[in-house]
Amino acid sequence: MGAANFRGGVHPEHRKELTASLAITAATIPRKVVIPLQQHIGAPCEPLVKVGDAVKVGQMIGDSEAFVSAPVHASISGTVAAIEPYNHPLGRKVTAIIIEGDGRDEWCSELEPVEKVDDLSPEEIRARIRSAGIVGLGGAAFPAHVKLSPPEGKAIDTVIINGAECEPYLTADHRLMLERPEDIVFGLEVIMKALGAGRGIIGIEDNKPDALRVMRQAIEGKSDMSVVALKTKYPQGAEKMLILATTRRRVPSGGLPLDVGVVNHNVGTTVAIAEAVRKGKPLIERVVTVTGEGVKRPANLMVRLGTLAGDLLEYCGGLREDTCKLIMGGPMMGLAQPTADFPVVKGTSGILALTAEEAAVYENGSCIRCASCVKACPINLVPTFIAQAAEHGLFDRAEKLHAADCIECGCCSYICPAGIPLTQWIRIAKAEVLARRRR
Amino acid sequence: MNGKLVISSSPHVRTIQSVQSIMIDVLIALGPVALVAVLLFGKQALITMAVGMGAAMLTEALWLRRWNIFGDGSAAVTGLLLAMTLPANVPWWIPVIGAAAAIIIGKQLYGGIGQNIFNPALVGRAILVFSWGSRLSGKIWPVPKPFHFFADISAVTTATPLAGEAEAMEVSLSQLLIGNMAGCLGETSAIALIFGAFWLFYKGHIDWRIPGGYLATVWIMGTLLGGGIYINPYMTGLFHLLTGGVLLGALFMATDMVTSPVTPSGKLIFGVGCGLITMLIRLYGAYPEGVTFAILTMNALTPLIDKFTIPRKFGEVKRLVRP
Repeated sequence: MGAANFRGGVHPEHRKELTASLAITAATIPRKVVIPLQQHIGAPCEPLVKVGDAVKVGQMIGDSEAFVSAPVHASISGTVAAIEPYNHPLGRKVTAIIIEGDGRDEWCSELEPVEKVDDLSPEEIRARIRSAGIVGLGGAAFPAHVKLSPPEGKAIDTVIINGAECEPYLTADHRLMLERPEDIVFGLEVIMKALGAGRGIIGIEDNKPDALRVMRQAIEGKSDMSVVALKTKYPQGAEKMLILATTRRRVPSGGLPLDVGVVNHNVGTTVAIAEAVRKGKPLIERVVTVTGEGVKRPANLMVRLGTLAGDLLEYCGGLREDTCKLIMGGPMMGLAQPTADFPVVKGTSGILALTAEEAAVYENGSCIRCASCVKACPINLVPTFIAQAAEHGLFDRAEKLHAADCIECGCCSYICPAGIPLTQWIRIAKAEVLARRRR
Repeated sequence: MNGKLVISSSPHVRTIQSVQSIMIDVLIALGPVALVAVLLFGKQALITMAVGMGAAMLTEALWLRRWNIFGDGSAAVTGLLLAMTLPANVPWWIPVIGAAAAIIIGKQLYGGIGQNIFNPALVGRAILVFSWGSRLSGKIWPVPKPFHFFADISAVTTATPLAGEAEAMEVSLSQLLIGNMAGCLGETSAIALIFGAFWLFYKGHIDWRIPGGYLATVWIMGTLLGGGIYINPYMTGLFHLLTGGVLLGALFMATDMVTSPVTPSGKLIFGVGCGLITMLIRLYGAYPEGVTFAILTMNALTPLIDKFTIPRKFGEVKRLVRP
C-alpha cells in the first residue's frame, strides 16, 4: 500500500533543508517579554497581576471564566512593567502584559508532576491541560482542553497526532519527533485516556523518513498506536485531509472531526501536554523555526512565549538587506507582518524572512480557465468561480458555490498560472457569507 | 532589512508556472506535428505555419498596442493551430486573414485572453471556410511528397480519405498513423499528434476527460454505424479516429482551456458532446468533416455545462428526505 493520500493539493518547494538538520536549541532568555492576553481562539484573559508585581516563570498571569479560553503564564521572572495594547501577529493590537526580566529565571510551579497516565482521571487531565494554558500549537491555537471535552453522545475512538508539517520551510515538528519521541507517545497516551479513545495514529509525511523511523521505534509494543506514512503533499496536515488520509473518514461539511469520532492534535501540542502532566510545566515556551533566505543563521529554537520577533531575528544573526517579507507561520497560510515588533505567541510555529526571489507576487491576471485551481482544491470547490463572484460582489452566488467551506489552505492561489490571488478573493466571499448567516 | 516590508494575503509563495509557460508547452507539443507537416508537404507547409503564427502575433500586438510581439504566447498558439487546419497549398493571404480574424473576432472583441467563448483558431477557420470554402475543404487536396522540401505539391491532387470516393479510401493503417495522405497540415499524422499530446498530459495541461470522451465517442459511433447513410466498408471506428481532424481536434482544439469546462464531469460531457456532433455531421450531414463545428457548438455550451456540473464539495451530506 502506498502512502496515505487525499484528492487535490499542490507540491510547493519544501525549502526545509535550511533547518531540517539543525537540532532544537534554546534561544537566550529575553530581557523583556510581551504576553498578549489573547493567544487563542475564544474569550480573552483578564490580567491576574498589576503593574509593578513580581512574577516568576510559570506563574499564571491571565485567565478567563469562559470555557473556550486558555490562561497565560509568565515566561520569564521579573516585574510587570506595563499592561497595555501591543502589536499582535494576527494584525491588531491586543492588551498584553509586558514583563521586564530580572535575569534570574526563577520558576514557580503550580502543578504537581505526575509520573503515570493512570494516576489521573480524564477530568483531572482536562483541568491540568487547561491550567497549563495549552492550545493547538500548529497555528490555529484552539484551546486543547476543549477538544478533549467532546459533547455528550459523541464517542471518540481515534486520536490522530499531526506530524505532517506540510507547510514549506517549517521544521519545528520534524525536530520534535526526532528529539522528543517519548514525550509524543506519552502525550498521545494522555490524550487517549482523556477521551477514552482506543486508537492512536501518528501521521507523518513520507519526506521525513527519519521521523517515521524514530516514531515507529517509539511506539513499539503499543498495540493501540500506529504510525502512518502520508504522501508528501500540501495541505496534508489540514485537519480534514489528515483524517481522510489516515482513517478514510470524511468530516462532513460544516462539521468537526468529532463528528466522525476523531480528535487531532499537533505534535507540538502533544509534547506540551506531556510536559504539563509529567513535569507540571505550563506552556511558557515553544519551538519556533526561524528561517528563510532573509535570515542570516536559520535555526529551530526553543523560545519563551512573548519574545519579540525582532530579538529572535537578531539572535539568528539579523536580516539580510534584501528581505522583503516577514511572515509569522508558514509561507502557505502564515501572516505577513508590517514590522518585527511583535511577540512570539502560542500559535507561532515559524518566523520567516523571505527575500524578493522567494516571495511571490500576485498580479491578478486574466483567468484562462485552466482548471488548475479546481484540480488543486482539496475541498472540491471551483475557486476561480468563487473568486469571480467575490470580485463582482455576487455573494449569493459565492455562497451557492460553497465559499464558506473554504479552508484557506492557499493551494488555488499557489497554483494559478495567471497569478490571481484566488484565496484572498475567496476569503472576502467567505467572510461576507458567514457574516450574512449570522445576521 | 531596509524597512520596507510587503504585506499581502497568504500564500506567500507561488508556482513557477505562468500563462506564458503553458503556451510555450503547447507550442512544444505542436512541434512534432509541425515537423511532420514540413516533412510531408515541404516548404509550403513551413510558409503557411510561419505566416499564420506571425500574422496572429502581429495582429494581437497591434490590437493591444504592445511592443512585446510574443506576449503571453497565446497568439502564437492560435496562429499555429489555425495554420494546422489548412491545406498546404493555400495562398499566403489565407492564413493572414484567418489569423487576423481569429485574434480580433475570435478573441479580442470578447475582451482578450480568457474571455472568449469560442476557440479562436476555429473561429478563424470557420470564417475562412465560409469565405473561401473551395480552397479549404473541396475534394481536391495536394498529395504529400515526403522529404521533397522544394517540391510543388499542388501538382498532384486527390481527395481526402474522408471525402468518400473509393480511391481516397485506399489508405493503409501505416499511412494513417504516419500521415502520408491528403489532408490539412496538422491533422494527417496520428503518431505526431499523440506524441505531442503526451507532453501536455505529462505537464498536466490537459485532462484525459476531454480527449478521452471525444475519441471514445467517435470510436464507438464509428464502429456501430460505419459510414452512416454513406454505406462504406472502409469506414470503421479506427478509420474515423485516424482520418480528418479528429485527433487534432480532440487533443489540441477541444482541450483549449479557455473554451472548455473547468469541472471534471463537465470536461467529460464536453468531450462526449464533441464526438457526438462530429460523427453526426460526418455520417448524416452534408459535410465530410465535422470537427470544427462540433467543437464550436460545444464551446457555446461550456458555460451551461459548468453551471450544472459544479462538483460535490468535500464532506457534503446528502440532503435527508423530509417526511
